[in-house]
Amino acid sequence: MNQLNLLGLYQPNATLLHRISPGIKLIVLMVLSIAIVVVREAWFSLAALVAVCGAVGLAQMSLGALLRSTRILAIGLALLAAFHWWQNGPEHAIAVVLGLAALILASAVLTATTPIDQMLDTITRALEPLRRFGVNPEAVGLAFSLLLRFIPDIAERAFEIRDAARARGLDRNVRAHMTPLTIRVVAHALSVGEALQARGIGEDVRPGPR
Amino acid sequence: MIEFDQAVVANRLHPTTLALGEQRVGVIGPNGSGKSTLVRLINGLIEPDSGRVLVNGLDSQRQGRQVRQSVGFLFTDPGAQLVMPTVIEDISLSLRNTHTKRTERRAAALAILDRFGLKDLAERSVYQLSGGQRQLVALASVLATDPQVLIADEPTTLLDLKNSRLVGDLLFSLEQQVILVTHDLDLAARCDRVLVVSDGRIDFDGEPQLAVDHYRASV
Repeated sequence: MNQLNLLGLYQPNATLLHRISPGIKLIVLMVLSIAIVVVREAWFSLAALVAVCGAVGLAQMSLGALLRSTRILAIGLALLAAFHWWQNGPEHAIAVVLGLAALILASAVLTATTPIDQMLDTITRALEPLRRFGVNPEAVGLAFSLLLRFIPDIAERAFEIRDAARARGLDRNVRAHMTPLTIRVVAHALSVGEALQARGIGEDVRPGPR
Repeated sequence: MIEFDQAVVANRLHPTTLALGEQRVGVIGPNGSGKSTLVRLINGLIEPDSGRVLVNGLDSQRQGRQVRQSVGFLFTDPGAQLVMPTVIEDISLSLRNTHTKRTERRAAALAILDRFGLKDLAERSVYQLSGGQRQLVALASVLATDPQVLIADEPTTLLDLKNSRLVGDLLFSLEQQVILVTHDLDLAARCDRVLVVSDGRIDFDGEPQLAVDHYRASV
């Protein structure tokens, strides 16, 4: 199970990385993402990857879980590397792929060391100034955590549908995969929405004009 | 007290007038007969095309927000209901409106889990739970806000015998008024009053055993 839990889950612990405020971690991740894209040099991507690996060690993350969840991504990265090597040469390929790997690992560190509840609070607080422009910070924070929660769920559905398609001998038929997946994900989203509404979540409870 | 006053939903529910004051109200009937529509009218998930539905005097359409604060809803599939990655985070989400401080919220969430004997599951991913555990966590999440009424829409349909008994017993032990939609006729027979819904109207309304017999005879 859980073979496609891309970003992993929170792993309770008390390391330095668990104690740093989520805001700082989010900013570091953001700066790192921008730097990797802007610099796009092999040495920089390599340095970033080494640094992130250090963070993985510092956070005492479960390596088994990490490897299991990144296995499928590794295939994607290998394909991407081959493409860039062919199109833009080895140096560019290394810069792109190592950079991307560093970012994926960095976001895994973020989710492993930060409870969603804290992340939600941070995002909500950071967006508070935008309230006057009509942004509802609670709703944006909620959207973030729903995204994290339902990625593995959608993956599970995709595997079920793949098995169903296989059972009927439709392995290679893209439509036999994508059509039911889309329909089921949308149907599931509707029932999640209904459950949220029933729980009164996302409804603005602050007293206001009616 | 839950009151239906000539409530109509086009193609799904004929004009219905009801007053439900009993502690345990069962709703039974065939698939697609309108049971879900009936109970979704109570907390405003579905709005009547005409007529009104009142919960303790509050209109489910015009005062939907207040009604949903006092009416909890337990769905068939806890997978859709548990929206956070871990158990404690899902319970905490229910408490965001009542507890603004994170530490207080966490303590309150742990207390609720403890009440349902689920404390050991607090940091567990909702994926690691069995179907029965998921439904119990979903129930704890709904009851975290201390609603006055609990609507349960086929809460035991996906569960094995042991777990459906567990969830059923728990529902009957609550102090809340419970509206229970179910295909488990033994469970329905334990209610104080049972409605049989058929083709979008209330086909029978009364004594649980008589209602179950009526439903059995109609199939």
